[in-house]
Amino acid sequence: MNRYNRHIILSEIGLEGQHKINMAKVLVVGAGGLGCPVLQYLAAAGIGTLGIIDFDIVSESNLQRQVLFGSSSLGINKAIAAKKRLEDLNTSITIHAYPKKLNYKNAISFFKEYDIIVDGTDNFKTRYLVSDACIITKKPLVYAGIYKFEGQVSVFNYNNGPSYRCLFPTPPRAEEIPNCSEIGVLGVLTGIIGSFQANEVIKIILNLGKILSGKVLYYNSLSHLFKLIKVSRSEKEIQKAIDSKPYFESLGEDLNYDVLSKLITIKEAITRKNTQWVDVRNENKNPTINHPKILQIPFNNLENNMDKLDANKEQIIFCQTGITSKKAISILQKNHFKDSFSLKNGALEVMNHFKKNNYEKP
Amino acid sequence: MMITIKYFGLLAEVTGCSSEKINFYGTTISDLKETLFQKHKVLKNKKFKVAQHNELNTDKTKVTSTEIALLPPFAGG
Repeated sequence: MNRYNRHIILSEIGLEGQHKINMAKVLVVGAGGLGCPVLQYLAAAGIGTLGIIDFDIVSESNLQRQVLFGSSSLGINKAIAAKKRLEDLNTSITIHAYPKKLNYKNAISFFKEYDIIVDGTDNFKTRYLVSDACIITKKPLVYAGIYKFEGQVSVFNYNNGPSYRCLFPTPPRAEEIPNCSEIGVLGVLTGIIGSFQANEVIKIILNLGKILSGKVLYYNSLSHLFKLIKVSRSEKEIQKAIDSKPYFESLGEDLNYDVLSKLITIKEAITRKNTQWVDVRNENKNPTINHPKILQIPFNNLENNMDKLDANKEQIIFCQTGITSKKAISILQKNHFKDSFSLKNGALEVMNHFKKNNYEKP
Repeated sequence: MMITIKYFGLLAEVTGCSSEKINFYGTTISDLKETLFQKHKVLKNKKFKVAQHNELNTDKTKVTSTEIALLPPFAGG
């Protein structure tokens, strides 16, 4: 936990708070000017599961403000390029890149998998989609929007607070308000406003300080003007979004991504029959576990060792803390091992079980 | 009464000023908007919220502050 030492020694965070951060699941919609700083700080903070959705590719004009990308990312999908950079930034977290467009069909199933949604989009159509899907799935939304040298930030759907539609009930017409690519934006502004969003995400996870709910923060980088403006909840506007639920549902779910239902405790794991146990720890194997029924395949070599897995068995995957094993599950799913599970609490749980049961199971 | 209007985002551009003083003779936010629309026709086609005392108001709210802010939504990200 040395990585998080500067968090842990803060009495407001401590080990317990850092653990909450490590367990949190945050989805960032849009890996652009706002998304990049948000993702950077959330990954560094150790958010256990980070989702990134973006259909766009990195172009040269993005590099002035989208700080996760460099020349080598040009032409690559933003979600994938961001994941690559963030995996280097923090190896102990799980990052899911979704290189696709958010739409009414997939939004709900994406959002259900996460605790907090961050809006880093750049157009009103997607902003209202994100907002409505958050209301329907009851997820807090950490919102921000920028205009040239100005930004606004707020937290919506938090503890019965207002939603984006309570602030701006209906979307402006597309041509009414241009976006950054049409009018320009100060690069550093996206960093400032995105950092505000990351800050609110961490505060929500820790339940720390005053959450920016019921207020919109306005900032002007030229005049240093900060304004906190109170926003009231409008049941009528929220109901409009709830009423759109059948519309969302009629479009169905086109997502079969399902890692979260694949978490299992050791108690549940040992009741399953016909299982194959796999230790995917790369290093720091403390405790070491030597058991004839446990395969040792370090996560780094997992994709090259699919032939060692038995397709007729259910795989029980574990690592040191339960984070790498979740990554392993998504790799297994990609390779058509649908019946695999990740042990929630990792190797220590396995060892304790062994001790209690004289090494008889699994 | 004299009121200072603060325009944020795009509104500062379309009105040509980030802040201006106007003479206001009405009572509600709705009246104030009408006054502003007469001065800046372009505002009529823009979506924005009106805030006074750091709180968003509806059209029916009475104008009690000498400083009013007009906040549009920001699309950029």
